[in-house]
Amino acid sequence: MQKIEAVIQPSKLDAVKDALVEIGVEGMTITEARGHGRQKGHTEFYRGREYSVDLLPKVKLELVVKDEMLDKAITAITTAARTGTIGDGKIFVSKIDEAIRIRNDERGEVAL
Amino acid sequence: MRLRAAKVFLSFLFVLIFGGSVLCGSVAMAQTPATAQTDRIAALEKRADENAAAIAAAQTAGDNGWMLVSAALVLMMSGPGLALFYGGLVRKKNILGTMMQTFAMMAVITVLWGLLTYSLAFSSGNAFIGGLHNMFLHGVGLMPDKAYAATIPLQTFMIYQMMFAIITPALITGAFAERMKFSAMVVFMVLWSIIVYSPMAHMVWGQGGFLSVSGRFPCLDFAGGTVVHVTSGVSALVTAIYLGKRIGYPKIPMPPHSVVLSFVGACMLWVGWFGFNAGSALSAGTLATSAFVATQFGAAAAVIGWTAVEWIRQGKPSALGAISGAVAGLVAITPAAGFVSPMSALWIGLIAGAFCYTMVVKVKSWFGYDDSLDAFGVHGAGGTLGALLTGLFANSAINPVFGAGKATGLFEGNWRQLFHQAFGVGLAWTISIVGTLIILFLVDKTIGLRVSEEDERVGLDLSQHGEEGYDWAH
Repeated sequence: MQKIEAVIQPSKLDAVKDALVEIGVEGMTITEARGHGRQKGHTEFYRGREYSVDLLPKVKLELVVKDEMLDKAITAITTAARTGTIGDGKIFVSKIDEAIRIRNDERGEVAL
Repeated sequence: MRLRAAKVFLSFLFVLIFGGSVLCGSVAMAQTPATAQTDRIAALEKRADENAAAIAAAQTAGDNGWMLVSAALVLMMSGPGLALFYGGLVRKKNILGTMMQTFAMMAVITVLWGLLTYSLAFSSGNAFIGGLHNMFLHGVGLMPDKAYAATIPLQTFMIYQMMFAIITPALITGAFAERMKFSAMVVFMVLWSIIVYSPMAHMVWGQGGFLSVSGRFPCLDFAGGTVVHVTSGVSALVTAIYLGKRIGYPKIPMPPHSVVLSFVGACMLWVGWFGFNAGSALSAGTLATSAFVATQFGAAAAVIGWTAVEWIRQGKPSALGAISGAVAGLVAITPAAGFVSPMSALWIGLIAGAFCYTMVVKVKSWFGYDDSLDAFGVHGAGGTLGALLTGLFANSAINPVFGAGKATGLFEGNWRQLFHQAFGVGLAWTISIVGTLIILFLVDKTIGLRVSEEDERVGLDLSQHGEEGYDWAH
């Protein structure tokens, strides 16, 4: 099992979600997040005072998939979330040791 | 045939009645001619008196209806209007603290007004301050007082003026936002109402006031440019300087936490301002309409004035800029509404929008004081400007305040008025600076003005009130 954490542009959430559902991903967790990578922030003006905002609104997706689904899922995310400009986000992948379904104690891949 | 018979019968009846009454009448006249005439005159007089009373009652009903609505509108300017406007501009850890400062005025000043300050402001006294004989609202009943408003109950006048006494100190809270002790704030405001507001209101609006229309230096102030905005704005500046900057200002960013709340608040202020300005006619007649119209044009033009300058200088027209412009325009038109034409109101608004932008954005950073929510930049500066422009634009065709056909403002040829306006403004500045400094000193030495450094970091919500405006956990 692999966990995919993808930080993407908020405007791309729907496209990414649809692409993942299409390849058969059944569940995901989405969080509104703020952050930045190499992308610089922007400036805001309130009554003439300048404020630089370097933590930008992002959406973070977390999903755990079977090993054989990993590449398909990554492709789905990158294809749907890419605009080609700085600030498109990042994907992190890590191994998952165990998954447990709270409802009935099912363990492993069946719990996904 | 039957018709003819009926006609004859009717003619006979008519002759009988008419003849009889003439006969009786002449007999009566022959007996006591004077008595009958007196009776008739008495009856007519009674009817005339009844009519006059009915007309007066109808006018009172109309005027009183508008004035009660106006009083409610002005209260709405404080809470929720100003509370939301200021609340949105602070950081989120201070929203309840900021809103409570305005709300506390709605309670504390109301009580104080009944006990003491109405009397100090409006009972007859000397040229500078009222007496004490209306304390506890003694003698403030339901009959009109012709010296103030001939057609509304004196209690209506009293409660309407109370709403002004509430919002004026509430405006000052914008200058010391996010760092003043709640207890110190309450004591400061009570003293300020007595020492600064009451004499200023008496001088401009009170019987025999020094700056009133019939006074020594008639300073035209229709709805409170000097009494409300100059006093609160200048006191705000003094307070901001005396208290010092917020911790971290201006290095730590302190942007408004919700321009949305401020937006809603500003729109309520705009609507409530019709009660403030048009209500200051103290009747529902043509003068109220004139002030109402000027208010709308002044506010609208100031939005355009502020936004235009901001757009040119910063490249974008901001929502906060637009609503700040509206408030600046409303402030500037406050003394002028009821004296100026709609087109003059446009000029006043346009100038005020651009001027207050400069005060808030440029002048504040030149001098470096932390007038946190720009109470001085908008109310002090806008009020001063509006009072002076009233001296230019006031027109006897709108309000012949010095008598029919007598020139009112400078553009009409009464150059002296500009001097009188400047004198009134100067006096308001002086009283505000001196009074506020004394009060700040007293409160600072007894209670202490500022919250502790730790309390300031935690925020006023938690440190002063033991609660939080936004609970993210539930």
